[in-house]
Amino acid sequence: MTTYEGVIGLEVHAELETESKMFCSCAVVDSTSATPNTHVCPVCLGMPGVLPVINRQAIEFGLMVGLALNCEIPEFSQFARKSYFYPDLPKGYQISQYEFPLAINGWLEIDLPDGSTKRVHIRRAHLEEDAGKLTHEGDHSLVDLNRAGVPLLEIVSEADIHTADEAEAYARKLRAILRYLGVNSGDMSKGVLRMEPNISVRPVGSDELRTRTEIKNLNSIRSVTRGSAYEIERQSAVYESGGTVQQATMGWDEARQLTVVQRYKETAEDYRYFPEPDLPVLNVSREWVEEMRANLPELPDAKRDRFISEYGLSRYDASVLVAERAVAEYYEAALNAGGDPKQVANYITGDVFRQMNTEGRDRDDIGVIKLTPTALAALVTLVQNGTINHNIAKKLLEALYAEGGDPVQLVERQGLAQVSDTDVLSQAVAAVLDEHPDEVTRYLGGEEKLIKFLMGMVMRAMRGKADAQIVQGLLVEQLDARRT
Amino acid sequence: MLTDLTLTDAQEKLRSGAITSVELTQQHLERIQTIDPDVKAYLTLTENQALAAADQADQRRQQGDDTPLLGIPLAIKDVLMTKAVQTTCGSRILEGFLPPYTGTAVQNLFDMGVVMLGKTNVDEFAMGSSTENSGYGVTHNPWDLDRVPGGSSGGSAAAVAAHMALGALGTDTGGSVRQPGSFCGVCALKPSYGRVSRYGLIAFASSLDQIGVFGRTVEDMAVLLGAIAGHDPRDSTSMDLPVPDYRAGLTGDVHGLRVGVPKEYFIEGIQPEVEQTIRAAIDQFVTLGADIREITLPHTDYALPTYYLIAPAEASANLARFDGVRYGPRQSQGAMWPTYKATRGQGFGAEVKRRIMLGTYALSAGYYDAYYLKAQKVRTLIRQDFDRAFEAVDIILSPTAPTTAFRIGEKVDDPLQMYLSDVFTLPANLAGIVGASIPCGFDRAGLPIGLQIMGPAFDEPTVLRAAHAYQHATDWHTRRPTL
Ligand SMILES: [Zn+2]
Repeated sequence: MTTYEGVIGLEVHAELETESKMFCSCAVVDSTSATPNTHVCPVCLGMPGVLPVINRQAIEFGLMVGLALNCEIPEFSQFARKSYFYPDLPKGYQISQYEFPLAINGWLEIDLPDGSTKRVHIRRAHLEEDAGKLTHEGDHSLVDLNRAGVPLLEIVSEADIHTADEAEAYARKLRAILRYLGVNSGDMSKGVLRMEPNISVRPVGSDELRTRTEIKNLNSIRSVTRGSAYEIERQSAVYESGGTVQQATMGWDEARQLTVVQRYKETAEDYRYFPEPDLPVLNVSREWVEEMRANLPELPDAKRDRFISEYGLSRYDASVLVAERAVAEYYEAALNAGGDPKQVANYITGDVFRQMNTEGRDRDDIGVIKLTPTALAALVTLVQNGTINHNIAKKLLEALYAEGGDPVQLVERQGLAQVSDTDVLSQAVAAVLDEHPDEVTRYLGGEEKLIKFLMGMVMRAMRGKADAQIVQGLLVEQLDARRT
Repeated sequence: MLTDLTLTDAQEKLRSGAITSVELTQQHLERIQTIDPDVKAYLTLTENQALAAADQADQRRQQGDDTPLLGIPLAIKDVLMTKAVQTTCGSRILEGFLPPYTGTAVQNLFDMGVVMLGKTNVDEFAMGSSTENSGYGVTHNPWDLDRVPGGSSGGSAAAVAAHMALGALGTDTGGSVRQPGSFCGVCALKPSYGRVSRYGLIAFASSLDQIGVFGRTVEDMAVLLGAIAGHDPRDSTSMDLPVPDYRAGLTGDVHGLRVGVPKEYFIEGIQPEVEQTIRAAIDQFVTLGADIREITLPHTDYALPTYYLIAPAEASANLARFDGVRYGPRQSQGAMWPTYKATRGQGFGAEVKRRIMLGTYALSAGYYDAYYLKAQKVRTLIRQDFDRAFEAVDIILSPTAPTTAFRIGEKVDDPLQMYLSDVFTLPANLAGIVGASIPCGFDRAGLPIGLQIMGPAFDEPTVLRAAHAYQHATDWHTRRPTL
């Protein structure tokens, strides 16, 4: 049996969250909720006689992404018309870029599950305008052009990706960068970020390029991973059974978790590209590029490296914290409030994420949870100075997550402070030992693991507030005393 | 008759209070009622709107407003978007279309208090040289109703020639203002590419289209150009250059002006009377003290094929939006593709379809380099011809068209013959330079002949000065057709 590997390139369309559309002054709105056709004008409706005007902010957002992806920014850039007929495309052509894209030849470093990293090369990133949306109802279709003309950045990777895990890592990293730059919300379910892998497979070790398919309808990063994995497996099985893969556009069926053929591509589409005569060529001055570069925010990789060197975090923890800009900001806010870097990191990646998972919240919502960074910092400090123990801290965190509030006040009000008084604890230990003569005898007879049970009993008696280390010492001491 | 006034004379009389805009407008409307059933220059008459605008103009004037074009009745070519006034581009595919906005040039005129009399006939989507391609019938040449007025701005040219408007706007992609100007014996000007905003001009070929003006005198044209020229933030191809006072530049003096005569523009097939008349006009410039030189524009022969690749290519994309989805009649066939095909199949006429096919072919994968890209390279050579020529001369004189107005129906079955009538005007569009046409004589049949004056990009003042000086010394422009 031959072992196959995937050859995957990702085509990503990111709507840019500019104030106005790519070529007119209509506002960019959430097209999944806005009343249809309320953010339109003659220009984005493709009325006769209208002309496009380039949105400078869209160019700047595109430059930011290009620079963040380590791209070259050519001095000469040009828009072109891409012609095809469809009712969601008002002009019958899309203003896009063809020969002279805004950014070329970049790369993105991705982190793989085994801890290694890999560079995925970026072929190009170019600007274009989004199309509208069609809704099919019975025997007719409705056209909503709110989205028509929204700036869209198409980011095309080289086919450097070989596994579904790599595809996922690339997708996550790219999404994080877009969100760090503040140019895209990353909300794939709303379609503002769309990822389309094109996939072929080949025997491991070969460098041939076989027929590829393209997957559409992927509305989450998880579906990018699963769709890619499914398609690699499907194509491998086709070859293994002596068949051939046909060039096709596949759709991801989320309910059944498989890809289905949308249409076969027999001939290449001819979009009849030619330079857009209504727009001047775009001269991207070096000064402009440098100004954009200087204004870039700290990006995930740089932030990760700083977290490692500045806060002494492990690469893994640092990577988890920087994966979402909101998490990194939350983390640093907690540090500013006086939290210990390592402990705060542990709580965020442990208990806080667990709470959010349970609630079904995305990690990027961390900025709006009731447990504030200041409260988390205070909680960590309470543990560190021995005011509360870890178990209490866990419960307190749950309470703060659910209700908010100040941990110091909660500890006082609910009397949660840790009991470290040796006399009090000594009495409690003695009482537990008296109540459990059997277990004491068995312990003394060699069943040493029973100390855990006895420990639990003391903790229960102390309503969880006892200093575990002191109790442990007292238990050993008093049990030894009962040996004779 | 107030309709016999020139635009500038009417301005004076309005200013002095001798006439009102309402009187001026009414007389034009009356003349249109009498004459236009024969000429058919107008597609849509906007009588009520015109009278209301005239009344408003008179009120503004009473309040001391003295905006130059206040109360002046004009005709507007039906490829220019006018809010809530049917705009068809001469095509059935836009029948009944009421635009949601007014284009920049027309809006500028409206803001100045211009009175729009109506929208004039045009070859469908400005594709043609005779207005015979209009989806709404042919316009007749006021000098001989059996002949075409030229095109595609034939309706505007005929309206001005027949005194059914004091002036008009047209558009010129390959000669569509100058050639009908020549055929109808009126003054016509295609400004430099980028001089006038194209916002609201229904695009035929975006890199060639330019709004132009018609007048019965060069002075009238200068006033109209001044009103519509200038940068428009809505048109990124409009140039941010100051607009000179064109009228003030009409000194009547062409002493020492270097005038080029390109040998490539005096070719076989040119009507002998046209050549004789143009030669006589050149002699007139000698008399006026100009310095005449023979020049060469070596790539002239390639202008026609170059134009017929670039213009249809751009048109094939520009006309894709007419799909019946958002506006215009829809020939619903249930499913999407049959509906597209029926809507466009029935909405577009033969010449439009021919050019969409040509352009689609020229842009197709595998043909792009050989056709569109090659044409763009030749276009650069043609532009360089003019750059070189304008190092030695200030203006270039030539015939506007190789013949005078031809008979209706004479060339409809021979598109190539039809295309040849623009052979002298296309190069100016390809090069983006100024081109004007002014009356300079008549053939034996009494049909007008036009003299083309070309000048460097954005040197409208020199072209207008030369045209005006010629007109000052001659009276061809004062002759009017009898209707
Ligand atoms: Zn808009």
